[in-house]
Amino acid sequence: MTVHSTSRNFKNNARDQLANEDLQAALNKARGHFVDGRATARDNLPEFDDLRDQARDIKDHTLEHLDFYLEAYEEKVRESGGHVHWARTAADAQRIVLDICRSVDAKQVNKGKSMIGEEIEINKALEADGIRPIETDLGEYIIQLRGELPSHIIAPAVHLTKAQVETSFRENHTELDPDRVLEEPLSLLDEARTILRKKYFEAEVGITGANLLIAETGSSIIVTNEGNGDLSQLIPKVHIVLASLEKIVPTLEDAATILRVLARSATGQEFSSYTTLSTGPKREEDPDGPEQYHVVLLDNGRTDMLGTEFEEMLRCIRCGACMNHCPVYQSVGGHAYGWVYPGPMGSVLSPGLIGVDEAGHLPNASTFCGRCEEVCPMHIPLPKMMRHWREREFESHLSPGSARVGLGVWAFFARRPRLYQMATGLQMRMLSWMGRKRGRLSSLPLAKGWTKYRELPAPQGRTFQSRWKSGERA
Amino acid sequence: MSDDSSNGRDQILSSLRRSRGRDGPVDEATAETLRARIAGHKRNIVPARTDTDHAGLVDLFETMAQKVFATTTRVSDMADVPDAVADYLRGANLPSEVVMAPDTDLDAAPWAENSLLEIRRGVPDEPDQVSITSAPSAVAETGTLAMYSGPAHPSTLNFVPETHVVVLPASRVVKSYEDVFDAVRELAADPDSGRGGLPPRTVNFVTGPSRSGDIEQTLLLGAHGPRRLHIVIVEDGADNG
Repeated sequence: MTVHSTSRNFKNNARDQLANEDLQAALNKARGHFVDGRATARDNLPEFDDLRDQARDIKDHTLEHLDFYLEAYEEKVRESGGHVHWARTAADAQRIVLDICRSVDAKQVNKGKSMIGEEIEINKALEADGIRPIETDLGEYIIQLRGELPSHIIAPAVHLTKAQVETSFRENHTELDPDRVLEEPLSLLDEARTILRKKYFEAEVGITGANLLIAETGSSIIVTNEGNGDLSQLIPKVHIVLASLEKIVPTLEDAATILRVLARSATGQEFSSYTTLSTGPKREEDPDGPEQYHVVLLDNGRTDMLGTEFEEMLRCIRCGACMNHCPVYQSVGGHAYGWVYPGPMGSVLSPGLIGVDEAGHLPNASTFCGRCEEVCPMHIPLPKMMRHWREREFESHLSPGSARVGLGVWAFFARRPRLYQMATGLQMRMLSWMGRKRGRLSSLPLAKGWTKYRELPAPQGRTFQSRWKSGERA
Repeated sequence: MSDDSSNGRDQILSSLRRSRGRDGPVDEATAETLRARIAGHKRNIVPARTDTDHAGLVDLFETMAQKVFATTTRVSDMADVPDAVADYLRGANLPSEVVMAPDTDLDAAPWAENSLLEIRRGVPDEPDQVSITSAPSAVAETGTLAMYSGPAHPSTLNFVPETHVVVLPASRVVKSYEDVFDAVRELAADPDSGRGGLPPRTVNFVTGPSRSGDIEQTLLLGAHGPRRLHIVIVEDGADNG
């Protein structure tokens, strides 16, 4: 399967997005919302940090014995009448889903929000097979109308203003009165609700993701706020769960610990509106629920990350806190990253899944401020892993020539301390002289990327090391 | 269903084992430890906010549910439930035709005595506006209702109608999700439950009405599930006993 990514163009993508006024307006509105929400939720739960430690330990334990827990899980799914399908690649996963859909002659598939669905491009595969995929999460529905990828893992349409949503609805819902009032978010929601309501009863298959899989019971768990995931899995006769294999935890109690940090880190809620455990198909005596229950367990490069310096990334529970707190994401938005997973978690995961040659720019899109690691509920050392990718990128000669030459020159001086001090001392005196009038520099050779958007404060004329030596240590 | 993924299964499992420096499954001693870890399903940290007596738990449940935009009323007896439901529906300008779970727990209320309510029992259809169910459990920690699928409780009742009214005996309020898991395990193991050792197909934890923040992060209620969640708490004397 060809991966459709524009991650190679990160620099150009980012430049375009910085100039995109709608995006900047939308990001401005969202900024702070998630950050404040998480801070409040954390303050309201004294045990929050201890829960994070436990959540990390649970995942580490599970990853250590992943083969055991997956087999135990599979056994339980089978006992409850469900099926587990193992997909080594995205193409395998597509084929499995299509086979199931064909077996019930599906014309329409309703979808709850699933990042794995995005990763394996399941909508494209369904459409190519003549099956209509309907996204039912409001944000996903909006971007499906617009033919876009999600720009955030939990808020897929965070890059859009309400005016843009209104335009899309008017363009697509042409059967409705063109003079209707549609300015407020509530009127937009009502319109989507009315349209999707009918569609819930039309599909033969419902696809959801999974936030967690439970080895103890063979259950899958979805966490949502809208209730669309539940309607998507309860009404059609077939429920397909798309899950990557690291979603597994041993017991329901382990799931509870992760659930306690998930919503708080994501939206700042104490608990999301709907947390749903699904185990197998409907029982014979049940009046509703799906007749078939299938789980597609996706690998797609994850097992190759185990046992490497990127293993800890597999602890990720997809809360989005890292991108909500990332100055780079908050400036360029999710689409600049060019593939399914944006922000710091995407900068670490994407090179692992689609290759460092494809996504090598992403680990460079970081200020290394460390906020992502600080807020990660699973204590994933994201900055450290971005550095590992940079090393790999350098080793495989993927970084640009100018950067390699620059680093080579720096390394030459850095290994010769006396020469280094002389050179930096000279540089400081020169910069200080150049900026003597205004105390700032508005252009500099080799540093246009910096001075194009802001001025460089001129140095005072001495290096840190020389000031340290002369006793300025206060 | 043809299962052509056995090849994928072998590849994934051997790749997992290789990454752990093994060429086969975990050794029997380790497997025994891991099986015991699952069977023991030990509790991790449970927040201390629920360290209170049962009356305190019911209060906490109510406060937390209201914080997430559920509405509540308290009545002293099942006999008062039909009037409380009818009052709520009238007050919120909602229709009095309701679809109710075929749950014998709800039969304890004298529904026929309230002439305003038109009740149908069973699975909801798309046009149904109001549902009434009970809830076997409610978690004080976050104001969360727990509901199990089964003949007595179609899960679609929790999602299809615009308004969901839940009749909750106060004695069913528990501290945490872990208490619900224990109840589910007991139910599965109980030979009288007819569940054959299996948990209910669907366990819904419901915390407030449906909501979305997908348009400019504006909080909106009633995205796809119920716009309104109304909980009638029945003080069934559990706190005196």
